[in-house]
Order: sequence, then C-alpha cells, then structure tokens
Amino acid sequence: MQKIGVFVCWCGSNIAATVDVAAVAEAVKGEPGVVFATDYQYMCSEGGQSLIKETIKEQGLTGVVICSCSPRMHEATFRKTVEAAGINPYMLEIANIREQCSWIHKNKEEGTEKAIILAKAAVAKLNLNTPLIAGESRVVKRALVIGGGIAGIQTALDIAEAGYEVDIVEKQPTIGGKMTQIDKTFPTLDCAACILTPKMVDAAQSEKINIYSYSEVEKVSGFVGNFSVTIKKKPRYVNSDLCTGCGACMEKCPSKKTPNEFNMGLDNRTAIYIPFAQAIPKVPVIDTAACLHFKTGKCGICQKTCSANAIDFDQKEELITKEYGAIVVATGFNPLKPTKFDEYQYNQCADVVTSLEFERLMNAAGPTKGVLLRPSDQSHPKKIVFVQCVGSRGQSCRDHSYCSKICCMYTAKHAMLVRDKYPDTDVTVFYIDVRTPGKNFDEFYRRAVEEYGVHYIKGMVGKVEQVDGSLKVQASDLLSNDQMVLDADMVVLATAVEPDPTAKSLATMLTASIDTNNFFTEAHPKLRPVESPTAGVYLSGVCQGPKDIPETVAQGSACAAKVIGLLAKDKLLSNPCVAHSDELLCNGCSTCANVCAYGAIDYVDKEVNDHGKREVRHIAVVNEAVCQGCGACTVTCPSGAMDLKGFANRQIMAEVDAICK
Amino acid sequence: MSLNTKIDTETIERISGVNTRKCMKCGKCSATCPAFHEMDFHPHQFVAMVEKGDIEPLMKSKSIWNCLTCFACVQRCPRDVEPAKLVEAIRQAVIRQAGENHLKAEQIPEMLDSELPQQAIVSAFRKYKK
Ligand SMILES: Cc1cc2nc3c(=O)[nH]c(=O)nc-3n(C[C@H](O)[C@H](O)[C@H](O)COP(=O)(O)OP(=O)(O)OC[C@H]3O[C@@H](n4cnc5c(N)ncnc54)[C@H](O)[C@@H]3O)c2cc1C
Ligand code: SF4
Ligand code: SF4
Repeated sequence: MQKIGVFVCWCGSNIAATVDVAAVAEAVKGEPGVVFATDYQYMCSEGGQSLIKETIKEQGLTGVVICSCSPRMHEATFRKTVEAAGINPYMLEIANIREQCSWIHKNKEEGTEKAIILAKAAVAKLNLNTPLIAGESRVVKRALVIGGGIAGIQTALDIAEAGYEVDIVEKQPTIGGKMTQIDKTFPTLDCAACILTPKMVDAAQSEKINIYSYSEVEKVSGFVGNFSVTIKKKPRYVNSDLCTGCGACMEKCPSKKTPNEFNMGLDNRTAIYIPFAQAIPKVPVIDTAACLHFKTGKCGICQKTCSANAIDFDQKEELITKEYGAIVVATGFNPLKPTKFDEYQYNQCADVVTSLEFERLMNAAGPTKGVLLRPSDQSHPKKIVFVQCVGSRGQSCRDHSYCSKICCMYTAKHAMLVRDKYPDTDVTVFYIDVRTPGKNFDEFYRRAVEEYGVHYIKGMVGKVEQVDGSLKVQASDLLSNDQMVLDADMVVLATAVEPDPTAKSLATMLTASIDTNNFFTEAHPKLRPVESPTAGVYLSGVCQGPKDIPETVAQGSACAAKVIGLLAKDKLLSNPCVAHSDELLCNGCSTCANVCAYGAIDYVDKEVNDHGKREVRHIAVVNEAVCQGCGACTVTCPSGAMDLKGFANRQIMAEVDAICK
Repeated sequence: MSLNTKIDTETIERISGVNTRKCMKCGKCSATCPAFHEMDFHPHQFVAMVEKGDIEPLMKSKSIWNCLTCFACVQRCPRDVEPAKLVEAIRQAVIRQAGENHLKAEQIPEMLDSELPQQAIVSAFRKYKK
C-alpha cells in the first residue's frame, strides 16, 4: 500500500480564486493510500518545496500528488524535490488544476468539483506507479555534417573550434555549395569567392575536420549519441594521396564536350575535371559517361600525362562505416529549372537564362571571363529584363506555394551590378512585391532604383517571344493599368529555391521529418529552430527553408552550438517512460514497428518460457534510447503486449475510473 | 427592359466558381491577354472589382464582349484564380437578363466557315452554351 501526500497549490489567486483549495485537500483525504493532504500558497517556492520534503520524511510518504499548474511548467522541479527527500522521482503525479481547471472555469463551485476529480484521478494513478530509473547511454564525441555548402562548412568549423571531430560528407567533387557559383553578394557586394574560399581552406586544414567529398550517406542506424553511418565514397579514378592538383590531365584530355555543371552548362568541360580553381579538395574526378577510356577502352592520355601517377582507372567505390554522436543536415537547395514555363521561352531561347546562370555570366571565373555576353551570339546585351517570382508563390502545379525569400535581393543586386558595369544598358525588373526585410536590405533595393536607375515595374511578364534574334517581352504595368511590349536582348528569370532532391530519401534514412515542400522540419518553429524532431539530428542552412548567406551562417553557428551542447555530455539520461513489450503476449505481427515514427522497435527471435513450454518466438523489442514514449505502439498492438512505463494501460484506466466514479 | 446591375460579389463568385481572394495582384493575366487593348477593363481588374463588389461597370463594359475566351489568363495565373470565368459569369448575368441566348448550339453548324479557327468555335460554344 502506498503512503500518499497531496499538496494543493493556490498559485496565488490563479487557482485559489476559482477553486476552493482547502475543500480539494479535504476531499482527497479519504482516497485509498492518502495519508496527508494540505494546501499552500505557492508550492513551487522555496517554502512550498521544503514543506513537501519535510512531510515526506515526517509521514514516511512513498508518493506525492501535487495539484498545481501544468506538468509542462513544474514537473521537473517537483521531481527534483521529491528525489531530494529520498523518493523515486517517478513516484510523483501532477494534477493540472490551473490550465485545465481554474483558468477555464468562472464558477467556483464547478471549478472546485473538477479540481477534486482531477486530484482523485492522480491519486488513483499514483497508487499503481512503480519507481522508474532513467537509463544511460554514452555519447560518441564526433559529429557528421551532411552537405558541404556554406551552412555545413560553418557548422563544421564551429564544432571543430570547440575541440570535437567533425566529418563533412559532400556529394559533389568539391565543398562550397551554391556560394561558389555566386559572383558578388548582397547587400555589401563583396565577392563571394573572397569570403568563402578562406573558410573552405580552414575546413580542409582543420585537424578536427575530415572531408568526404564525392561521397554520399548510404545508411544510418542508431540513436542520439550513438549513430552508426555508412558513407559511400564514389570512385574519382584519381588517387587523392598522389594527385598534386596540377591539372595537366585536364589540359590533355581529348573529351572536351561535356556541359560544365559549375558554369550551369554555359560552357563545356573535359571528362577529367576539377570544377573550379579553388575547389577543395583540388583533386580531379573522371566522368565515366564522357571518358573515352571508359567508353571505348582506348585513350588513357591522362594516365600517361600524370607525372604523379595518380590516375587509377581501377578505383572502386568504397564503403566506410563510422560512429557519430550527432548528425547535421545541411543539404541546401537548387534553383528551379524553368522548363515547364513555356511562356518565358527558357527551353527555346539561349538568351533567356536563370539568375544562377546570370551569376556565372557576370563572374570573372565564368564562361565569359566576367564580360556580360549573350549566350546566343556573344554580343553585349543592351536591354535586360528581369522577371521575379518564377515558380514561387503560386498554387498551380508548376509553382511552389512559398516565397523563395532571396530573389528580390539578388535581382536588385544583378540589376545594380549591370548598371554599374555597363551604364549604357537598360535594365527593367518586373515584380509582384519587392520584399526586402533585413538589415540594410531595403536601402539596397532603393539604391538600385534611385542611384542606378533600374526600372521597377509592378506586374508580371505574360510572355516572351523571339523575333529576329531579339526578344519581345509582353508584360503588365499594373500601376498604369497598361499592357506593354518591351524589346530585350536578354531575359533573366529569378526561379524558386527548391530543396535538394536528396532531401526526401535522406529524411527517411534519418527518420527526420520534411514538410510538403521537402524542406526539413524543425522541432519547434520558434523555440527550436535548428533541431529536428528526431533527437540528435540538427538542421543547418537552406535545407530547412529559403535563406540568404547571413541567415544561413547564423543558423549554421546556432546549429553547431546545439551539437556542441550534446557532444559535451559524457552520458545521456534517457526518459524511462518508454514502451516495452510483454514477450509472452507479443505475436510478432509488426504492427507496432509500422506505427513507430522513430524506428525504435526491432524484432528478435528469442527463446521464451511460456508456462513451462520453451520455444523460440519472433517478438518485438523496444530500443529504450530511441523510444520517445509517445505511446503510438501501445494503442496499436492488437494483442495488448505493448505497454508504456509510467503510463501503463492499468494506470490510465484507473484514472478514467476515478473520474467516472 | 433595363439591366439589373445590383449583383453582388457572392453571386458572381458562385456562378463562376472563382474565389477572388486567391489573387495576389501580379497582373500576369493581363500581361497575357491577347485582347487587352480592346478592353476597357482588364482581366486583373475583373478580379479586383468583383472582389470589391464593383460589378456594375463590368456589366456595362466592352470587355465582356471583347474577351476571346481563349483562357490564356486561366492558363497562366500562378494562383489558379481563373479570371476568364469571371468575365464569363458577368457576361452570363447580362445575357440572361436580355432574355435569350445570342446563339443556340444547333445554329452553329450552318454558320461554320472552314477558315474559322478551331479555337474560335470552341470559344463560341463556351460563350453561348448555357
Ligand atoms: C542566383 C542566386 C544568387 C544569390 N545571391 C546571394 C547573395 O548575393 N547574398 C546572399 O546572402 N545569398 C545569396 N544567395 C543565397 C545563397 O546561395 C544561399 O543562402 C547559400 O548558398 C545557402 O547555403 P547552404 O549551405 O544552405 O546550401 P548550398 O549552397 O546549396 O549547399 C548545400 C551543399 O550540400 C550538398 N548536398 C546536397 N545534398 C547532399 C547529400 N544528400 N549528401 C551530401 N551532400 C549533399 C550540395 O552538393 C551542396 O554542396 C543566392 C542564391 C542564388 C540562387
Ligand atoms: S494572374 Fe491570377 S493572381 Fe495574378 S492578378 Fe491575375 S488573377 Fe490575380
Ligand atoms: S480569356 Fe479573355 S480575359 Fe482571359 S486572356 Fe483570353 S481574352 Fe483575355
């Protein structure tokens, strides 16, 4: 038999004004197990907590019920209090008579009646409580960052700075992400490479950071503090240890006609290539689809050319399995390819380009060496039209419903840079709204209009037509209620930000969640923006939602802080309120494993002793470190084998019975 | 018979099936419309004016007769607002009060002209079928 003490809190007038607290204490005195009941002004105060501790000792209590605010508020506080007085922290129950009672009732009689019922339910449950002990698990002091864009690099650098090992897995041959392709950056117009490459070099030189480039995550298992991850290193066909990065192979490679991804297909590259001069690692990759050796068995010129003997046509894919305490997702984005927007003629006309292609056309390391030339005839465009919101903010099947957030600013940047470099060029921007929240952002856009003379017209472009090598742009000018046709030499489409296509499969592997647009979801939209709902998985950069570089970097560092907080722990205490299955009742149907959102349930073949009958059965086993105690399995299990510690079916039924009495 | 122009937003939205509040005022409909310069009110104005309840001027407009029912605006609207259906609904509101349809489906075959574009025939049916 339990010896239960009940403490009813006034919460000043928060509870006491609507609930007769003394009557509640009086009413529970006759309940089974209750040996003591009282009320007090503020249970959570120093005085209130002392009262609990003293009473536990004086009365030899085995359990405590506190009738107060929501357990979300003070359950942890009171668990510590009772533990300090020598009883198991899980021998505590809270009856929420504030949020669920006094705050929602006006009539004191009704409020009191309900408070008594809630208190009795808590007593009934506590009678069936058993002491629970939180398990411990170790923390592997190494983090994995998936994606080596500016987000992943920033997170890795910060984690390394705190003294922990970090591995970056990057699927491309080099780290750096989209920022490597950008020319100058708003709102300060500093050159992207000048601010990014030092960080890439820092990452490469850090003793704590290990970069797996041209690699992908193949498999993830385990749980917070103890992930086991298999990384697939794709063959480069070049030995990274021997290669000096001299590039002689690229000069001699006879296969020169593959669209260059780094320059958005605006020029060609060789079959063996380094994406760009500052690539990290600066080791080429052989594209087997273009390589003559792989296609015909002949050639091999690069092998003959390489004085370091680094070319290795026999290199094989490598699988590496390593353990990590934390995993960071930093897989970034890709701009939408506007192939479905026929009205803009992107498929048909070389002079209709996307904004990222435009970045390459303005970049000194780009296909035109930084001279703005039309892709069709390499002439200087004299009239350029920018179209915003292509594929963003729509509801049709071609569009994304969200605002891509960065396009207004980079379009203003493009317009300004063109007017600065080529003042004789006429620049028009068609916009729906110009959205510039951010420090010095609106000023930046206004400068484009007022100082650089960019024409901003409110209205969308309806169609682009090719007429005699030039473009005709038909658009709305909503403020003058007109439909205009503009001649243009080039049209630049600010296309929507889309999560990387690997986001979905990666989320499945990590049991992390994504939203309907495939952006990774955070644990709480305001209060936990860099954690995923899955413990130990963190989010950095655009994979979580559209962001510019300053925001990406801020989020990357915030994410690192959370990872460091985890890695700094030697052990993790797990929540003991987890599910467990009764091996004699389990029939191995796997219904529970199918509903478990965290992948906490496994099946084992185990010998069980069923009333003297020994046999091997296929039964469910819960991994307590992974289980979040949500209880989905307990209500799904058809044979009643699954139960939740601390919230057992009998306990819940006892509460219901007490309420219905 | 004089035209009853006391028709409210709800009625036009019901006849057309259009929710004018979905419009984000981008003007792509009017940017696309091939009959724009023949119109006194433009597709985006139909959306904005119906939303405001400013329907009388639309009923008296040239636009309802000059719209080609080509559905370019419907096709291009990023938010699936379907402005042409509003034009159609207002045109219907006027035609019905006139008492009779302008054209009956049976009359069309005898008026067919081999030079007539397919699209125009489909448009005519769309316009007069009710
Ligand atoms: C045209 C244009 C102009 C811009 N101009 C500016 C500007 O002037 N100023 C500004 O502040 N911002 C600008 N931005 C925004 C800027 O590019 C982003 O904020 C920034 O690149 C986001 O960094 P990220 O690391 O989150 O994503 P990314 O740069 O996309 O990096 C993600 C990395 O992860 C890798 N990856 C993806 N999936 C996997 C996987 N499954 N496994 C392993 N690796 C993976 C990718 O290969 C990539 O290297 C611009 C964007 C565009 C499109
Ligand atoms: S195209 Fe659609 S969203 Fe844009 S103004 Fe017209 S009706 Fe509104
Ligand atoms: S349907 Fe009418 S309003 Fe719409 S684009 Fe065609 S002509 Fe213009």
